[in-house]
Amino acid sequence: MEATVKIFRFNPETDQKPHFETYTMPVESTDRVLDLLEYIKGNFDGTLSFRRSCAHGICGSDAMRINGRNYLACKALVKDVGLKIKVEPVLGLKVIKDLIVDMDPFFEHFRSVMPYFVNDEPPPAKERLQTIEERERFDDTTKCILCACCTTSCPSFWANQEYLGPAAMVNAHRFIFDSRDRAAAERLRILNDQFGVFRCHTIFNCTIACPREIEITQAIGELKNAISTGALE
Amino acid sequence: MKNHQYDVVVVGAGGAGLMAALYASKTANIAVLSKLYPTRSHTGTAQGGVGAALANDEEDHWEWHAFDTVKGSDYLGDQDAIDFMCEEAIAAVYELEHYGLPFSRTAEGKIAQRPFGGHTNNITKKPVRRACYAADRTGHMILQTLYQQCLKNHVNFFDEFQVVDLLVNNGTVAGVVATEIGTGEMHVFHTKAVIIATGGHGRIWDVTSNAYAYTGDGIAVAMRRGVPMEDMEFFQFHPTGIYKLGILITEGVRGEGGVLINSEGERFMERYAPTVKDLASRDVTSRAMYLEMKEGRSINGKGYLYLDVRPEVVNKYAALDGRKNLDGTPYVVTGEQILAKLPDIVDFARTYLGVDPVTQPMPVQPTAHYTMGGIPTNRFGEVVIDEKNTVMPGLYSAGECACVSVHGANRLGTNSLLDIIVFGKYAGLRAAEYALGSAYQPLPADPADYARAQFDAIRNAKGSENIITVAKEMKVVMMDKVGMFRTGEGMAEALQKVRELRQRYKEIQLTDQGKIFNTDLFNIWELGNMLELAEMITIAAHARTESRGAHARDDYPKRDDANWLKHSLAWVRENGQIDLGYKPVVILKHQPKERVY
Repeated sequence: MEATVKIFRFNPETDQKPHFETYTMPVESTDRVLDLLEYIKGNFDGTLSFRRSCAHGICGSDAMRINGRNYLACKALVKDVGLKIKVEPVLGLKVIKDLIVDMDPFFEHFRSVMPYFVNDEPPPAKERLQTIEERERFDDTTKCILCACCTTSCPSFWANQEYLGPAAMVNAHRFIFDSRDRAAAERLRILNDQFGVFRCHTIFNCTIACPREIEITQAIGELKNAISTGALE
Repeated sequence: MKNHQYDVVVVGAGGAGLMAALYASKTANIAVLSKLYPTRSHTGTAQGGVGAALANDEEDHWEWHAFDTVKGSDYLGDQDAIDFMCEEAIAAVYELEHYGLPFSRTAEGKIAQRPFGGHTNNITKKPVRRACYAADRTGHMILQTLYQQCLKNHVNFFDEFQVVDLLVNNGTVAGVVATEIGTGEMHVFHTKAVIIATGGHGRIWDVTSNAYAYTGDGIAVAMRRGVPMEDMEFFQFHPTGIYKLGILITEGVRGEGGVLINSEGERFMERYAPTVKDLASRDVTSRAMYLEMKEGRSINGKGYLYLDVRPEVVNKYAALDGRKNLDGTPYVVTGEQILAKLPDIVDFARTYLGVDPVTQPMPVQPTAHYTMGGIPTNRFGEVVIDEKNTVMPGLYSAGECACVSVHGANRLGTNSLLDIIVFGKYAGLRAAEYALGSAYQPLPADPADYARAQFDAIRNAKGSENIITVAKEMKVVMMDKVGMFRTGEGMAEALQKVRELRQRYKEIQLTDQGKIFNTDLFNIWELGNMLELAEMITIAAHARTESRGAHARDDYPKRDDANWLKHSLAWVRENGQIDLGYKPVVILKHQPKERVY
């Protein structure tokens, strides 16, 4: 089998504006798009630049836009995306070089929601107890790997990059619904900002894009509800 | 060039680096440098659990954990360090919980624990529930939790900074040189203490569970500055990697009752480890798989066996083993329970194998997994640089790149996550304490000259070699000749090949001559690190004429305690020659005896 891979290219040191380059190569249906990018870098053009590390969907390095939707390149297989593959950087973050975008604004939003456990009561000698049900309440949002697939697929984020975006919400949710945490009210205040949860228009792009299959739109809905009712259920 | 000054610099932002950062930053002014965003670190891929004798479900003691670790190490682990780690484990796991780590829970609301390879009740010899887990993403939760706590504590991060040199003045640490990947600019960090926590080098082998980032950079940087490396011949192959891809399938699958099956439908581990069967230690299980395949019992004549966790299969063997739940009822699982306990494994199998593990067995093969050797340290993370364990002032190391040694010749599952939290913490505490009581060393006139020379050589290389060809040849020869089974002859061939590759490496043509995000340049530099390490590994392995733990030789099939109950040390001399030395193993309570599982 042969695949045609059309890749967004931009080298800030030599290019005035971006362009696309097309490469053709032998592939197997189980190859990852990341394998194809490595093949191109190794055989055709060593300047092709992208981030990657674990190559199996856990580290979150290689979010990109493949055939018009966000994937991790290591979780998009040829059999899923077909033999005509278009690869672009994610949208809404500044392109630095080829498929590499500036992640700093994304992490800034993440940091702004107090994404850390807060409980100043003296801890017990052993573990704080938590029931299986209490633990289950926020299980889904603990899976986030901060890859930015969700935030950079969100039209509200494309429209205004001050919007916190789904990934920050997911991480706020992870703590707000943790029975051991004590800073839910403070986080909900942050999320109730003009650039907070109510900019989510339930478009579900984030949920579709999430490589960890987190029910993001539902999680944001729970946050909206908590702000509106003042209750954590 | 930019200059910075910090009391302590942590290199690497995985579990060990972040734990060190968390503790060092309590008293000292510190910076964390990492070539990746911290949450991309390889700790995040650890699945099954972190070992600690909490005894939440059944009787357990840290002394049992220590004995299992000593036995798992094939008696090459230092028993003072192992005792320290296993005793500290309990407080360390509670501490993670207090940081908010979302462990899975027991019915009583305590931290949930599962059985894991090599962890036993020392009286009955049966598997014990000791691995504290958060579903099958325990490493992810540890990495996220520690990063979150570092943010809360305002730790300074320099993300996507590649450390390329260690600066030493009169045998004392003076700083590090790093390149900012995004700009290509060099930065000099003047510091009193450096903690190297850069992880392992499993990318040297062809089939590997390790991330692209696992290229042994910290070890390479330190050894070029004269620091010896300990026990480099010991590298772990994990039994269950996804066929061809090497992606890890946690031992937790077997902890939940999964079994390994050969082409005759036989649960063959019964023959190799009659008591704990599929939960034997990793070296024993990987070798058994290799032998099964060598004897023609691989599936469909291909290079894999089955890992079977279908409920009917789990339940059948659990009944035959007489496995019981805690309340004494027979152990029975459903497909839903497997999905709930191993969600990521189910996802990997579906994505990469097109197999649903609840209804089909998974094709697996052993995969390069863990660096037991590395930068020699004592149990406080201080780097020790000779046979007498002399401390090098200002240099610390923790995690996979360090060799305390608690894993000896073979690491037990769950002990890597434990290693990073315990020794990361002590390295951080000691480094901060040292830095606050000492002065900055003077820096050389041109601190970046050695680093610059290395990168200039790559930029100016002329030739027709290709990075992926040279890398592939290294990976293949290391897998074939310096992998799970070794011979003197094979390793001699490998050494010759690696040396040839080191020459050809100098003729790799760099394509990208730019400054911004030049991943081409860094990939070549990383390959240089791996080739240097491959040579050292092969020399140390060739010299050790015995079989112990992960180092298994066909020409010397027995452990030889009379001659080889000792740690190797390997130095790279300035002319490039590699010299070996040895130091004794610390033996306290547990005298070496034959390992039977």
